[in-house]
Amino acid sequence: MSDQIKQITLESGIEVKPVYGPEDIEGIDRADQLGRPGEFPFTRGIHPYMYRARPFTMRQYAGFGTPGASNERFKFLIENGQTALNVAFDLPTQMGLDSADPRAEGEVGRVGMAVDTLADIEMAFDGIPIDQISVSLTVNAVAAPIMAMYFVVAEKHGVPLSKVRGTAQNDILKEYIGRGAWVFPVEPAVKLIGDTIEFCARVAPRYYPVSVCGYHIRESGANPIQEIAFAFSIAKEYVRQGLARKLAVDDFAGQISFNFDIFGNFFEQICKFRAARRLWAKIMRDEFCAGEPRTMQMKMIAGGGGGGLTIEQPENNIVRGAYYALMSALSGTQTMALCSYDEAFTIPTEKAALISLRTMQILIEEMGVCDTVDPLAGSYYVEWLTDEIENRIITEIKRVDNEWGGIVNAVSEGIIQAEVARQAFQYEKGLQEGSIHKVGVNIYRTEEEVREVEMHPYNPDDAEESIRRTEQVKSARDPGAVEAALSKLHQTVVRGDNTMPALMEAVRAYATLGEMMDVLKADYGEFREPVRL
Amino acid sequence: MTFKPIRVLIAKPGLDGHDRGAKVVTLALRDAGFEVVYTGLHRTIDEIVEVAVQEDVDVIGLSVLSGAHIQIAEKLIGKMKQEKLGDKLILFGGNIPADDISALNSLGVRGVFPTGSRFDEIADFIRSNVVAYG
Repeated sequence: MSDQIKQITLESGIEVKPVYGPEDIEGIDRADQLGRPGEFPFTRGIHPYMYRARPFTMRQYAGFGTPGASNERFKFLIENGQTALNVAFDLPTQMGLDSADPRAEGEVGRVGMAVDTLADIEMAFDGIPIDQISVSLTVNAVAAPIMAMYFVVAEKHGVPLSKVRGTAQNDILKEYIGRGAWVFPVEPAVKLIGDTIEFCARVAPRYYPVSVCGYHIRESGANPIQEIAFAFSIAKEYVRQGLARKLAVDDFAGQISFNFDIFGNFFEQICKFRAARRLWAKIMRDEFCAGEPRTMQMKMIAGGGGGGLTIEQPENNIVRGAYYALMSALSGTQTMALCSYDEAFTIPTEKAALISLRTMQILIEEMGVCDTVDPLAGSYYVEWLTDEIENRIITEIKRVDNEWGGIVNAVSEGIIQAEVARQAFQYEKGLQEGSIHKVGVNIYRTEEEVREVEMHPYNPDDAEESIRRTEQVKSARDPGAVEAALSKLHQTVVRGDNTMPALMEAVRAYATLGEMMDVLKADYGEFREPVRL
Repeated sequence: MTFKPIRVLIAKPGLDGHDRGAKVVTLALRDAGFEVVYTGLHRTIDEIVEVAVQEDVDVIGLSVLSGAHIQIAEKLIGKMKQEKLGDKLILFGGNIPADDISALNSLGVRGVFPTGSRFDEIADFIRSNVVAYG
């Protein structure tokens, strides 16, 4: 290579040549490695006509303060053309604490809606056509009880569980790596996920019980290879959980979906998704003997991009968001969500959330990205890079299994967490030293920047309102029924049975989330984080 | 004469699970020659102060990204005064709006380093505010 040409190395560690040609894809068997869209190995997309038949679903993350305020935002988004909801819960709810718990002080309703009992979920979805809108619940450690609440609300809306659509995030293994909303030790936490997978497979087969999140692993510092490799190692563990319940792989594994991150190098991310789709199909067919195409199809939400947004010159994030949306569309995603331009420092304002929604709508309505499937296919660079990334993901998955004793061990011992933290440090160092460029941050900086942005206010009254509502619920409920339901939940755990039916019974009796979690904590114990930096 | 290295505790109080910044700053300060202990997630203020005493640290740095930094600072400073640890250097990092920095300063948080702060700024601030004797 000529000395004047700068060397380019992607985050994945892959070196990029200045020019690619036919010789670079000679080794790639097109029929075998690409196939047709909608056919194995689904490199080009999981449907034959992709967005030509139906554009990607738009699902912005929203929900704050009280269930009533969240209900209003949900209605606003639906009225503006959003086709699915993605519900944000406050931290106490995500950690299984009632609003009145002293540990919840100052956090009730701050980053999402506060949920103590069924009454809160009833209020949040009041007037929302949940038989038509697919709802995604962003909960993990408390996924089982919150899913139980949602299912009971569906019953009350007259929607049979066999018809309920939606998704729970419910990926606890990634919580230990990034995001941090864990409660139980790793093994019982994974067992609870098995419960939800089994329950959905048998009772609510249209519901997606788990959305495996490479997203938060990447946001915590992982490179794109690690994002996919760790997510796949996690997903394989959940598949094994389902199999351990004597479910046939084709009866449940197709309901496990993925949530991936979109920031970073344009082509690297697009190829990451094409490679991941191909590899997941092979894993499901060859390792788990899946027979149905549905089981082999990697369904995903590709979006967010929070890690790429900057506090500096925040309007630039609108432009970044538009590129991210384009990357996501060119990657063949099923669902898209975009972080809003103010999201690096606050919960999005209504205006910012609307700009994100419009960004995606402009892409669908004006840019022609829905006209033809996988338009980048056949590009020398794109096919070469897809291949290269797939090989590196395979190597990283082997490392998890062979060097770190499998994903459960690697997470329990904090090995992956340390690996990701080191990577985050290197990236940050690169930014500060200037080897990685970020516009407005370390290049084209505006000195003395005055930030004029609207901050999402925190209303301490929300906590009081939530506490008061739960007190009313508690005084109106039948204490005997609550006690009986909680004791049944305890017995279910002791026997090692599926907890979902007992949780739904406790929910119907208006047991609080904290009460249900206390039963589970007493039986399962709590996680102590291995700090291994 | 040898100087005792400055000891720093990096802590994550409360329920907020965003620990990327805390871990990165832990590694950066170690890289810069400090002795750094990181608490891990979900610590109560009492637990953090207890670790600070056990580990005999000179600096306590809290990372908060949930927006609850003012309430957390009030609690921490109250507890530190109660335990007669008023001489420790207290730092806050995370998602902290510029408008809140002076409020944190007046509570007794001497250094505030919002997301995106440079490692060398944090290190220099600690060096010039902690006097370590051999």
